[in-house]
Amino acid sequence: MKTDTFSGNRGLDLEEPLLFELGRPGVTGVDMPDAPKVASKLGGLEREGSIGLAGVSEPEVIRHFVRMSRNNYSIDANLYPLGSCTMKHNPRLNEKMARLPGFGDVHPLQPESTVQGALELIHVLGHWLKTITGMPAVAMPPAAGAHGELCGMMAIRAAHDAKGDKHRTRVLIPESAHGTNPATAAQCGFSVDPIPGNSHGRVDLAAVKAKLGPDVAGIMLTNPNTLGLFENEVIEVANAIHSVGGYFYADGANFNAIVGKAKPGDMGVDAIHINLHKTFSTPHGGGGPGSGPVCFSQALAPYAPLPMIVERQGRFHLIEHRGSAGEPGEKSFGRMRTFNGQMGMFVRALSYMMSHGADGLRQVAEDAVLSANYIMASCKDDMTSPFPGPCMHEALFDDRFLEGTGVTTLDFAKAMIDEGYHPMTVYFPLVVHGAMLTEPTETESKESVDRFIHVLKSLAKKAKSGDAQFFKDAPRYAPRRRVDETAAARNPVLRWTPPAPKAQAAE
Amino acid sequence: MRYLPLGPDDRAKMLGVIGAKSVDELFKDIPAKARVSGLLDLPMHAGELQVERTLGAMAAKNRAAGAGPSFLGAGSYRHHIPSAVDHLIQRSEFLTSYTPYQPEVAQGTLQFLFEFQTAVAMLSGMEVANASMYEGGSSCAEAVLMAGRVTGRSKAILSGSLHPHYRDTVRTFCQFSPVTVEYGEPNVDGNEDLASKLGPDVACVVVQTPDFFGNLHDYTKLGAACHAAGALLVVVVTEVVSLGALKSPGQMGADIFAGEGQSLGVGLNFGGPYVGLFATKKQYLRQMPGRLCGQSVDADGRRSYVLTLSTREQHIRREKATSNICTNSGLCALAFGIHVSLLGEEGIRRLAKLNHAAAVQLADQLGGVKGVKVLNKTFFNEFTVQLPGSATEIVEKMVGQGVLVGVPVQRLYRDRPEVANLLLVAASETNTDADRAAYVAGLKKVLA
Repeated sequence: MKTDTFSGNRGLDLEEPLLFELGRPGVTGVDMPDAPKVASKLGGLEREGSIGLAGVSEPEVIRHFVRMSRNNYSIDANLYPLGSCTMKHNPRLNEKMARLPGFGDVHPLQPESTVQGALELIHVLGHWLKTITGMPAVAMPPAAGAHGELCGMMAIRAAHDAKGDKHRTRVLIPESAHGTNPATAAQCGFSVDPIPGNSHGRVDLAAVKAKLGPDVAGIMLTNPNTLGLFENEVIEVANAIHSVGGYFYADGANFNAIVGKAKPGDMGVDAIHINLHKTFSTPHGGGGPGSGPVCFSQALAPYAPLPMIVERQGRFHLIEHRGSAGEPGEKSFGRMRTFNGQMGMFVRALSYMMSHGADGLRQVAEDAVLSANYIMASCKDDMTSPFPGPCMHEALFDDRFLEGTGVTTLDFAKAMIDEGYHPMTVYFPLVVHGAMLTEPTETESKESVDRFIHVLKSLAKKAKSGDAQFFKDAPRYAPRRRVDETAAARNPVLRWTPPAPKAQAAE
Repeated sequence: MRYLPLGPDDRAKMLGVIGAKSVDELFKDIPAKARVSGLLDLPMHAGELQVERTLGAMAAKNRAAGAGPSFLGAGSYRHHIPSAVDHLIQRSEFLTSYTPYQPEVAQGTLQFLFEFQTAVAMLSGMEVANASMYEGGSSCAEAVLMAGRVTGRSKAILSGSLHPHYRDTVRTFCQFSPVTVEYGEPNVDGNEDLASKLGPDVACVVVQTPDFFGNLHDYTKLGAACHAAGALLVVVVTEVVSLGALKSPGQMGADIFAGEGQSLGVGLNFGGPYVGLFATKKQYLRQMPGRLCGQSVDADGRRSYVLTLSTREQHIRREKATSNICTNSGLCALAFGIHVSLLGEEGIRRLAKLNHAAAVQLADQLGGVKGVKVLNKTFFNEFTVQLPGSATEIVEKMVGQGVLVGVPVQRLYRDRPEVANLLLVAASETNTDADRAAYVAGLKKVLA
């Protein structure tokens, strides 16, 4: 280990071993009484041998995780410009509401009479989502965006199957799409037919039309798209797909740009997932959990997954099984998870929505789009964008401004870390060379965005000044220098294992 | 609006730099037909106090499980969560960080994922675990799809004592894939012959222990039969605390372990978010779904962690990925990891013993109530009882007695009238002698 201190620490930056290296046999951080003596019902299946877990006391556990946490960047500390991720402020009211015992300490299979408020909350959240998207139906079970995509595409497959349309095996997906789109389509048994973009960064309508045929099941289109642009011909695309009997799946990952400003239901969309962990601010938690409810058109609504909530005379009912003819859930494509959905995320999202209201949500989209355009306009003399503005809530840069400098997009990103910023999303979308997808969100002050712009412009000038090594050496001030990803993949070490016992001293 | 820092002056200045007259100019690419004129038909913004009132009123309409004696399980278990867990997961650096794509500024998340993978592998007795799935049911479905990829075969055999939600989730995930799914009758007594269903087209057999009805199993022989027939054994565990007492899936020769980690650190949450556990043998590593965190070094040679083997994943491999999963259940994995860290070897074993003892005591007492019969010969902390009438009706009547007595099996097997009188009952360290006494007294009253 190379450090310039005896301890390996650097001031407040404390090195922390793995928990398994701290443990001592017989120690625990949880005090419990002895179990009363009972006649075992384990049937001789008792676990033999050591599990291998470490034993540590509570103060050691607290220090362990607090020290580790200090090595993380967070939205609470600074602007987090990851494009397509919508890293906005996470209000703590939402955390408080999710922890109310009436939401957090309720079992998913309690009798309906004891969970009316929980069902009501899901129902009300569904109403907000339907109103915001302008869609007539909503499915709440999906646990994340990709799970929502699966939900939408399964509904599409089920709708075709119900009509006896078994030959619809092809799904059109723009080349700029998130990887989850083609992966989802494949998981539903569809083949993926990529659609090129046009010179304006939008899906090529002529290419869409040329690909149409009786075997097309539908299209998956992200709007605003992954280049940070609105698909201005979205209605024409929808009409084209519908004209051959296909359905329109919209990826709502970038919904933050249009919340309160435009409704997917007015664009011919048949299904759209909404990432509650993006637009509606449920925290990302280092990679999850998320929540991805799917809003449906009338055509797809009958195929929505189980369970679903129905209100009858002021009482809420959870429909957990396929109904008989005419009942809710009759044509449902089935259940895609255990229990009722991401309740903890639902509470947080509704708390967020109610706090903003119709007026605040519209302001969210306007400020998010304004800030992204402000970054793009402010940086135009020093950086390059593949498409002229206006953009939506993300400013997309490419690496033409780095041409001939010896500095790559990755180097530029790592230099941002030294300046105290998490990099933007880099090398995505794949269709733009050296892409830097930058999303400030609406929860940054102008001063904060100005500081960020200053860093971007300064780094761009520095790169052009010929000091490539400055970038190659970055980051210097982060908890770690560049991590060797190739070595990690070549020889995967995915868990701690006890060190081999030391050879016995000579007898 | 308290979450929006920009003011009218800021907006005007920013529009000036952009060269736009109004913010609506920035939205000009949206077809007029799709634009919202004015405001959505929803309430206006509200202060913290108002929101707290509205949501607090909804929460108050629910009976919190902890508000009285509660004995519900069936895949979701109420355990005591040490106070440190919720404090630590709410640290800004954990709560408000993104997926650790930039390892130099995400070692906190990456190190806990590495420790989580280690803990899951140890508990399940498997070689490698991933960095979490959404929850148990979809984790099980991914296991079946993976078995199809590994074996190149197309049939999955599901035990009749697999949790019905897991069974249904597997069916949904597989319905448009090459994998066909066969499943057994509701298997209340835990006796079924799955080995006889093996054949050259079988990719995997999916079993559970403790099973849905609470019975315990040693699947070692079944595993050997699977391997002899070229199939994989998938073992599901929905109550992870049981692994502190029972022979692990790995010790039985499981090829894939798919489980639910909710019992440790996460809480009930009306069913989500939970944390899906997924582990396998090293030889199948490259067919695994989901994120993996690996150990490496940085440019200074210091030990570091980084997401790895991402060429399996959708953002690189697209339609050829092992799964479409992206977002997982990171913060719940952290909660799980902190709870496991606090427990340690000593604690998880003690907790498991307490759970088993609580269930044995309850089973003994319920078995003494006239007309009530405990059906299990073996169980961990959950068992099935036969009641002298409709379990659904008795559960509802017992709500009036202040006791949540269990889950009617009928709720998960709607079309099976033969299970109408069966009730799944779970006990844990949270139940007291007084809770059990209230259960028995209430039940006697209701059955009288």
